Amino acid sequence: MSRITSVFQKVGHKALIPYITVGYPDTKTTLKAISLLEANGADIIELGIPFSDPLADGATIQESSYQALRKGVNTDTCLEIVRQARKKTTVPLVFMSYYNPVLRYGLEKFCIACAEAGVDGLIVPDLPPEEGTDLKSFTLRYGLDLIYLLAPTSTPERIKMVAEQSSGYIYLVSVAGVTGARTSLPPDLHSFIARVRRETKKPLCVGFGISTPEQAGEIGKLADGVIIGSRLIQLMKEDQTLSSLAKFIKTSRTTLI
Amino acid sequence: MLPDEKGYFGEFGGCFAPETLIPVVNELTKAYQGIQQDPSFWAEFDGYCRDYIGRPTPLYFAERLTAHCGGAQIYLKREDLSHTGAHKINNALGQGLLAQRMGKKRIIAETGAGQHGVATAAVCARLGLECVVYMGEEDMARQSPNVFRMRLLGAKVVPVTSGSKTLKDAVNEALRDWITNCENTYYILGSVVGLHPYPAMVRDFQSIIGTEARRQILEKTGRLPDYLIACVGGGSNAMGIFKAFLNDKEVKLIGVQAAGKGIETGEHAAPLLAGSIGVFQGAKSYVLQDRYGQITNTYSISAGLDYCSVGPQHSHLKTIGRAQYFSATDHEALAAFQLLCKIEGILPALESSHAVAYALKFAPTLEKDKVIIVNLSGRGDKDLQIVMKALGE
Repeated sequence: MSRITSVFQKVGHKALIPYITVGYPDTKTTLKAISLLEANGADIIELGIPFSDPLADGATIQESSYQALRKGVNTDTCLEIVRQARKKTTVPLVFMSYYNPVLRYGLEKFCIACAEAGVDGLIVPDLPPEEGTDLKSFTLRYGLDLIYLLAPTSTPERIKMVAEQSSGYIYLVSVAGVTGARTSLPPDLHSFIARVRRETKKPLCVGFGISTPEQAGEIGKLADGVIIGSRLIQLMKEDQTLSSLAKFIKTSRTTLI
Repeated sequence: MLPDEKGYFGEFGGCFAPETLIPVVNELTKAYQGIQQDPSFWAEFDGYCRDYIGRPTPLYFAERLTAHCGGAQIYLKREDLSHTGAHKINNALGQGLLAQRMGKKRIIAETGAGQHGVATAAVCARLGLECVVYMGEEDMARQSPNVFRMRLLGAKVVPVTSGSKTLKDAVNEALRDWITNCENTYYILGSVVGLHPYPAMVRDFQSIIGTEARRQILEKTGRLPDYLIACVGGGSNAMGIFKAFLNDKEVKLIGVQAAGKGIETGEHAAPLLAGSIGVFQGAKSYVLQDRYGQITNTYSISAGLDYCSVGPQHSHLKTIGRAQYFSATDHEALAAFQLLCKIEGILPALESSHAVAYALKFAPTLEKDKVIIVNLSGRGDKDLQIVMKALGE
């Protein structure tokens, strides 16, 4: 059983999954944030490999990616961060990367490097399963989970297919749109989650737009996990001591149970 | 006929997009397949082509240019005479009519030089559709007349301030809008790039250029041309003129990319000559990128060629050797621009001037019985400010 899968074995426990961009505002902060997130109750941590053209991301993650790239962060930097973090933690770490940096690194070489560094899974937001056959063969070979996404626009046939292909968990995009903090949860989220639930027993984690611990708690009633990204990046920008970040995660943990 | 059902031209193309868009794109592919066999659609398209765009555009024998070069006969396919001043309107019209049939009321588009934005704005005005155009802030500054034209035509022009503030960033922003508003919005992508079905669909709407040119050259000379020359940014005017000749093996296809300040300087927009294979904005193709797959900045005096990737079918045609790709620098394009003004009385777009520039070098090396068609994809009125600045006037 993969480290990610075991997170979802605890009965009644909902997974809290924070996302941060590697190298924002700098690599030292990323390492510090990983420790803090884990200490305050994160079950899995998603680490964004910055990309020059993040077309599924809103302004906040675009900006954090841009800043990280300006500081010279690249795929090797991200792998090195994981290697260092792994010395101290066993929390599952998932890379979120657009496809081109992965392709350019070499699909097999990238998967080998991830496995050696201690990465547990990959999310590639611009890689639907139809285009993912090659990458999938390597994630399988090197023991990584390949987490696919579903959206409110996904048809019943696609829900079935994506659910079958996804491993670790399924990433449910809460709303048709890009990443970014939003004031309220979409009204049709409940029915979207229900539609996916009918097709699969795999863990369902909801992300995009979740901005408060209360919203995280709401999601916890509907799904197996909650993913929070842009709001955390904003908190890291506003408070570089990271105490706001730690507090947000701690409070979310308590609302999620 | 390529692409295959997954949108691949050989190893290039495909549909790399966020899940939210995949069902939307599948719906678009289905709608596009639907109209291909629908005579009423094409009757409507042809009617607008004739009465609104002013097609067929002439195939013009550039007699003085030919004499100046002293080699092959040079014909110009006069897309610059199309309504709104460039070939872009062929595709904007086709997709606008498709959007209307799909019941989409809101249109979004990206634009680089502004020609696709102006064409889309005009079509939306004519069809009564809401129109939002994304344009890099940098491009808005260097193509300000086109910004004003779009606004006059009723479009909302949204400045894009992310990344390099040029065409690729405008495409990113348009894709983000589409992901958010896919329910009621149709994205009129302006070139043969992006995710399937755009490279095929845009090519097909543009293929009227080559279909006309093939018939016209046969009428005028009784034979097929030896060479077609077209500029390639994303590559829609080139695919538009190439398509009708793809099976005529004796006709050689030449694409000209923007060498900017020179390929060797790194300041250019020539992924087919200096790029490597990557996946960008939905398709696998040649891309200008660093060793970690980050997209690198491009440069060209011509905003319409200033793009870091290229249509997947061009990558395929290069790989199989069916087409050859060369480049022209800013300097060469400007010289071609001035020469065409002076000896033919035609003011070409800076984009098209790259194709003319290559023809100027190439024609003198050929025998006088050889025939070249240059696709003069647009007119240059929009470029006057840039040319004035470049010439120090």
